[in-house]
This record gives sequence, structure tokens and C-alpha cells, in this order.
Amino acid sequence: MATHNEPRVIEGVPSPFCGIAADDLVVRVDGDRVEVIENGCPVTRPAFEQPLGDRRPRVAGKEVTLDEAAAEAARLLAGARLPLYGGLATDVNGMRAALSLADRTGGVVDSLDSEAALRNIQTVQNSGWMTTTLSEVKNRADLLVVVGCDLEQYFPRFFSRHLWTDDAMFIDDPEQREVVFLGRAPTGEAAVTPGGRPPLLLQCKDEDLPEVVSVLRALVNGRRVQARRVGGIPLEDLTDLAGRLKQARYGVVTWVAGALQFPGAELTVEMLCETIKELNATTRCAGLPLGGRNGGQTATQVCTWQTGYPTRVSFASGTPQYDPHLYCTGRLLASGEADCLVWVSAYDTAAVPPPCEVPTIVLGRSGMTFDREPDVYIPVGVPGIDHAGHTYRTDNVVAIRLRKLRDSGLPSTAEALSAIEHALQESSC
Amino acid sequence: MLIKLANGTLYDPANGIDGEVRDLYIRDGRIAEPAGDEKVDQEYDLTGKVVMAGAIDLHTHIGGGKVTIARTLLPEDHRGDPMPRSELRRSSCGHVAPGTYYTGYRYAEMGYTAGFEPAVLPANARAAHMEMADIPMIDKGGYAMLGSDDFLLRMMAAGDDQEAINDYVAWTLQATQCIGIKVVNPGGISAFKFNQRSLDLDEEGPHYGQTPREILRRLARAVHELGVTHPLHVHGCNLGVPGNVDTTLRTIAGMEGLPVHLTHIQFHSYGTEGDYGFSSGAAQIAEAVNANPNVSVDVGQILFGQTVTASGDTMQQFANHSHANPSKWVCMDIECDAGCGVVPFRYKDQSFVNALQWAIGLEIFLLVDDPWRVFLTTDHPNGAPFMTYPHLIRLLMDRSFRNDLLATIHPQAQAMTTLASIDREYSLYEIAIMTRAGPARTLGLADYGHLGPGARADITVYTDQPDREAMFERPDYVFKSGELVVRNGEVVKVVWGTTHVTRPEYDRAIEKRLARYFDQYLTMRLDNFTMSDEEITEDGRGSITVHPTQGGSRQ
Repeated sequence: MATHNEPRVIEGVPSPFCGIAADDLVVRVDGDRVEVIENGCPVTRPAFEQPLGDRRPRVAGKEVTLDEAAAEAARLLAGARLPLYGGLATDVNGMRAALSLADRTGGVVDSLDSEAALRNIQTVQNSGWMTTTLSEVKNRADLLVVVGCDLEQYFPRFFSRHLWTDDAMFIDDPEQREVVFLGRAPTGEAAVTPGGRPPLLLQCKDEDLPEVVSVLRALVNGRRVQARRVGGIPLEDLTDLAGRLKQARYGVVTWVAGALQFPGAELTVEMLCETIKELNATTRCAGLPLGGRNGGQTATQVCTWQTGYPTRVSFASGTPQYDPHLYCTGRLLASGEADCLVWVSAYDTAAVPPPCEVPTIVLGRSGMTFDREPDVYIPVGVPGIDHAGHTYRTDNVVAIRLRKLRDSGLPSTAEALSAIEHALQESSC
Repeated sequence: MLIKLANGTLYDPANGIDGEVRDLYIRDGRIAEPAGDEKVDQEYDLTGKVVMAGAIDLHTHIGGGKVTIARTLLPEDHRGDPMPRSELRRSSCGHVAPGTYYTGYRYAEMGYTAGFEPAVLPANARAAHMEMADIPMIDKGGYAMLGSDDFLLRMMAAGDDQEAINDYVAWTLQATQCIGIKVVNPGGISAFKFNQRSLDLDEEGPHYGQTPREILRRLARAVHELGVTHPLHVHGCNLGVPGNVDTTLRTIAGMEGLPVHLTHIQFHSYGTEGDYGFSSGAAQIAEAVNANPNVSVDVGQILFGQTVTASGDTMQQFANHSHANPSKWVCMDIECDAGCGVVPFRYKDQSFVNALQWAIGLEIFLLVDDPWRVFLTTDHPNGAPFMTYPHLIRLLMDRSFRNDLLATIHPQAQAMTTLASIDREYSLYEIAIMTRAGPARTLGLADYGHLGPGARADITVYTDQPDREAMFERPDYVFKSGELVVRNGEVVKVVWGTTHVTRPEYDRAIEKRLARYFDQYLTMRLDNFTMSDEEITEDGRGSITVHPTQGGSRQ
């Protein structure tokens, strides 16, 4: 396929693999081989460079055509009482096609990182928030507080792209920016200023964060706190942080919902967001929820604009019903309520379907391997490598146009799902 | 294929037709004049029916980040209005922040064939178009939001000439695939990012030292000089602030004759008189609109009940967050571009302020003389969701109905409004102007909003009933591009509308400057920012309709 093409270097390539969606990558494409030659990072390089694997769909382990695979998938879906559409790691058109099929088959949709996404979404649904976007951080943030995660592990280029920049409209010198880590300490040097100043660390265990953030909120609001230490952090350090937040011209508080894995994490997000709102009584402060790897934001955005609900939506009754607890992939498979699984994972071969006993249809990135061969496997292209598409950045504001870099002949998620829906319509006629 | 709509009573103000019984013909999606011996393939007997062009909503928040934030915020509201799947239709949800499918189906079922999203943040344009791409049935379009974006403010602070600003405005229209330019609280969204909580018309904003008056003038001039048909679409300073009627009057005077559209003017028509320090400025506003032919308005009528306000105006949305009902709200600073604020509201007829807001909106409708310059909107969903339009039409057309409702609202609000003394009742002809011919004319949609030969065959047919709410709630037929899409108020065919844009010419040199700015200060490259046509058309469903500019004054 397309190996007759001369090697090409393409500039300004956007990455769909993490939520900051850097769009300045330079890649070399030689036939099916893609190599990131500039502005890559430990997240984007392996994701772009992974070689192509299978191209032919399989039914029960046997190679078939796309139409044959689609017909078998349609047969399984036609016999299912409650199909579950999980993973949903794809682009906008892929998600549109998944929702169309789920609506037709009366299924449930639940996206890959929904557990994490819901920590943020439920905060919005309970009390709301004040947030900002990446370009505002780059130009305005004089204080960044990172809560509960080693940011560079998830977003290796976050600091270099947004804080340690030569130019910012309202920050004269990057050294003027303060970075504070609350909870986990960073493992690398990304948060150190260009001048060599390390970030301030207020370390505590993850499970102490709910208490630490509560006390921080109390201090921001001028309440008296009797404890001398909270989660091991001296009260004066937290008082100092509250003071910095109040004095900052444009403080930004960031967290990665997926990294907050402890009891009460969603309430900690909510507590942080209420603190941010309260800081805005006198100064400016904004939250920056970071996340959205592998199309996570895309799935919730498309689902929200079509159905009103972000994820964990059931179409079984004929209208969209939302329940973050009932319509969870793990629960539906464990309880036996879901009797067919459609798993979509177009970005990451490691994001395989959860172990289950029900008939399974996988639309996966070419090269995916399985402990148990799915009933139907359709290798699909990666949005932004094998076909054009759209993805959402972590802020849900900026949608990125993804480019086609090579001609692999693999179908897009949307094409594969549409083929299944088409086969289903044919069989019901 | 020739379709005949026989014997309908036509209200077609663009062609001066006021309730005349005529036949209409449709061929190839357009209104046609049949050749003498041409065979009619299909005929509809419209005897006794009212026939108008498809309605056009020129200000409705139906796509883009703030709408989806509103959707996310209010699952409890969606639950009350589920839309089931049918053979024809996708399932969706409705009420104050409906899903895209519901939006399209319901607009069409009310006889609307186009809706324009008035607050497309350039950074969010791609997202807004993708959401609108999932709205079936109706045509779409957007107004790109400028006026608090750092690029414009930097240009103004650097003393750039008008020509350069025109180029930037034209580039914005092209890059965001929009048909108009909107300004929201000029300079105020930027000021809020610098922790400023108010910005009056002649106050210099932080950092750049630019006044809202000057921002308005530069943008209005750019839109005018570029020949964009729709004048600058203005959400002015001090939205919702008692006393803002003076700001609005000064804004009108400050335009010095430049064409301008003042949107949801109800929210900008408040005085400070009376025991509550809150009074109606509707008479003064209407007088100013009547006296200034360069000014058009849409009302942004409020109607009682639950809704959600979604606006780019972070400054005022933050100021109003304590009124959030239910008590949750979102404010967001966005990409050195603008911002957004989403605050749920419940307008109550027994609240003095809400009741008077209701009366102020109606006063403006009834006191502005020229229906070509006042448009029917609730600023969906800010004043009320769009599904309330038939009710609003009845309020305008039926004085006794209006007065009956007036008698039930907060008594002191009754005492503070002149509404009871206003006899005016809108005619069907005037309703056709303010919901069809007027919006098409101000947007430059030459083939839309009328029933003359050559017009796009977007047609709505109603049964003439004394209860105007019932009449406008449920058209007998709606045709979209000549196809029957709604019968008896229900969708019978799903179609996909076009996206209306305009593309004034500009000097491409501005792109070099923008590319540098993007590389230096933003987090995206200019070439990845600009939206291509394929992004709208490649799914085979969407299309783009480019409307010409008026020639402009640029040589």
C-alpha cells in the first residue's frame, strides 16, 4: 500500500493522543512508516510510530472481508437484548457512528476513561466551575498549582509549551511564574523554571488530599483552622499557599482527573472548584482540568451535543437515559445485563476490551492482540494517521482537525460502524 | 417535477403580498413560474390556509461550547423532555438546552427553516460547526465573535489603521466559516480576565486602554466597509444592569449613522426608577430605534419558567452567578479570544424584576414602529427556549390574551409598565416580516425569506386560527428546498440544511502577521486553526452557501 510514495516530511501535525493536542509535530512518512522527527514526546512518539499490524478483519479468528465482518457483527447485535458500546476511543465521526448504532440497537454507550471524566462532569453537574484554556495559561498564569499528580508523566510538554515560553502577552519573564505541587511531587525536571528554580512542594498522600483541599478552602475563606498539620503538611505552608492564590493576578489550578484515584476524588475536585470560584471574589483564578487522551473528550462532547448527556447513556427505552452508576461498563458486564460488547479503540492497541464472556465485536487499532479472540475483529485506522478527522482538546473548546498521513487502506471507525449499521438495516428489511 | 400549492393565502412581505390568494409552484427546490403547458405532478389544496416563507431565527444559541456546557450542566432538565426514537428520527432530549436532533426537528415542526448561532468564538468555530452539522432539517450559520480578542485589542493599541482591521475581520469570517460579526460586551470579556468587574462605554479597558465605544466603532466600520450585509451584531455593555438604558442610548448615538444590530435589547433597556430602583426604558429605546434607521434590534423576550443563560459575557455572567437556579454555574476564559458564562435561571411572574423584564420586552416589540427592524427572538435559551415562539407570537397578535396575562404578574410590575395602554396587535403580515423577510434581508439571504420566483422553496403552511399560539405551534406543511418535510406539525422527512457564509475579500498579508502571532502567543498554528470547506462538506450531508458582499467601499 502506498509504498511507492517517496518519503515525505510533514510539518504542523496535530497529535490526537493526549489532551493538549500539540499541533507542531514534524513527522516523516515513508510508506506505512511514520516517524516523529521534531517536537515528539514520550506520549506521541510511540503512538505515532507503532507499526501497522493486521489489515484484514477476522470472524472467529478467520480472515474475512469488511462486509463479512460487518454482517456477522450485525447478526450478533440483532440477537442482543442490551448491547454495550465501550471504549469509544475514536474521532468525532467515529463517535457519531457509534451513537447512531447504539440508538438503533437500543444499547448503552460508555467511554474508556468515563470513570475519570465523571469526576469532572459530576462537579459541573453538582455545582459548576470556573475554568480556563491553554492559551490563557500561556499568556496569563503567574501561579500554577498542580494538585495530586505528576503532570509531566501525562503531558510531557505541558510546561515547555505553556509556561517556559519566550513570549507571553502578560508575563514579562517566565521566572515570574510560580509553580506549586500539592500532593504528589514531580518525578522529572519539567516544572523547574528556565533559570533553575524548582517548584514549591506541599507533599501529602493521595488519600489525604480531600482533607488537605478542604483546609485550603477554609484558609482561602479566612476561616480559623486549629490543626497544626494536615496530611503531614504544616498549616503555615497551606496558609502560605492560600495567600499566594489570593495574591496571584491569574492563578491556575490544574488536576488530571484520571490521576485522582482515591476515595472521595470527585468531591476533592468539587472542593477545589468551589475554592477557585471563591477566590474570584477578589482576584482571578481558574481551573484547568487536564485529560482527554485518546479521544476521551471527543466521546463525551459528541454524546452531550446529540443526547444531552456526556457518557453512560442507555438507549434501551427508546430515549437517552443517563446514569453514571447503572450504565458503567464494568457493572453491566459483571451483572450480565449487557449481552454483547462492541469495543472501539482506534488509538491504542493496549486498550483492549475488558475480560468478558459475552459475544464481542472489536474495532481496534491495527496491531491489537487479544487473550481471547473476539467474535469479530475489525482493524481500523488511527484518526490523524490513517484518515482525517476531528478530536477535542482537554478544554473542550478547541477542536483539532486531524490529518491523514499515510494510505494504509484501513477503514475509519465511522466507516466500519456504518458498514455494521448498514448490514443491520439490510437484514431487518 | 412541478408541485403546485393551490389557493393559499400568501403573506410575502418581501414582495409586498399581504394576504392574497394565489397559487405557488415549486420546481427543483425553488419557487417557479410554470411554463404555459407544464404538467403539475403534485398538487396541495391550500384553500383557507396561510402561506409564508420558512421562518428564520437570526439569534439562537444552538451550537458551540457554551451550548454543550449548558447541556452538560442540566441533566435534570433533559429528563423532563425526552424525545423518543422513531422510524424516521433519532432519539434526543429537549427543553432549555436541547440536543442537536431535537433542535432541528422542533424548529422544523414550528415552521422554521434556518437558525443562526450568534456567538461563534473563533477558537471554538470548528466545534460550533460540528455541533450544528448534527442539527437536521434547518439551515445554519454563525456570527464570529470579536471585540475582546487580544489580536484586535493589540491592533487598536498599536494604532493600526482601519484597513488592517478590515483585513483581520474579513480573515476571521473566512477562517471561521461565518456570515456575520458579533461583539459581546466590547472589551469587557478581556477586562474581566484582568480582574475588572465592569466596563462602561467610555471607560478605557485595562492593559490596552481601548474604550468599548471605540471597539464598537472600529468593528462596525469594518463590517460596513467590507460590505458584509448583516451589520455588526452587538451585545452591548452593562447587560442586565439597572440604568443600562443610558448606555444603550449612548451606544446608538455613538455609532454615528453606521449600521448596527443591537441584540437582545430587552436586557439593555433598564432604568433605575421606582421603589425597587428598576424600571422600564423601553419607550426611550423604541424612540431611539424609530429615529435611527441605521439601527435594528432583536428583543430577547423573557418568558416565565426554567431556562439557562449562555453568553460570552463572562463579566456579567459572573456578576449574576448568585441568581443561578438551580445553584450551579460555569464561567470560562477562552484562548485569548473571549469567554463564556452559563448560568441557569428561573424567571418568575411573581418576581418584580422578572415580571417587569417580561413587560419591557413586549413594550419594545410594540413600540418599535418598523417591523423590518425588530426581530422575534427570546435569545434562545437566555430569555426562554425557542419552543415558546408560538406563545410569544400570540402575545404580540392578541391584545386581550396579553392583558389577561399582564393582570397575573407581580402587581408592582403591572404598575410600572405601560403595556396595558398599548393597543397594537401585530398582523400576520408583520409577523411574516419579523420572522421571515426581515431576517433574510438583514442577513443578505437574497433567495430566502420570500415566495417570489427563484426563491429557495422553504415554505410553511398554517391553518388560520384565532388562537395564534395553536396556529404557529403546528403548521400543516413545511417544505424545505421544495421537499415536504413536516406534515401536521410532525417531521415526515429528515433533510440536512446548508451553512450560510460570506467571504469579503482581504489583503492576505494579514495572514503572515497572524501566523507570527499564533506561533508566539497561542497554542495552535494558524494553518490548523483555519477551517476548510471540506470539514463541513466531506460527510456528504453538509454544504456551504456563500452569499455575496455588498461590494463594500474597499477599492
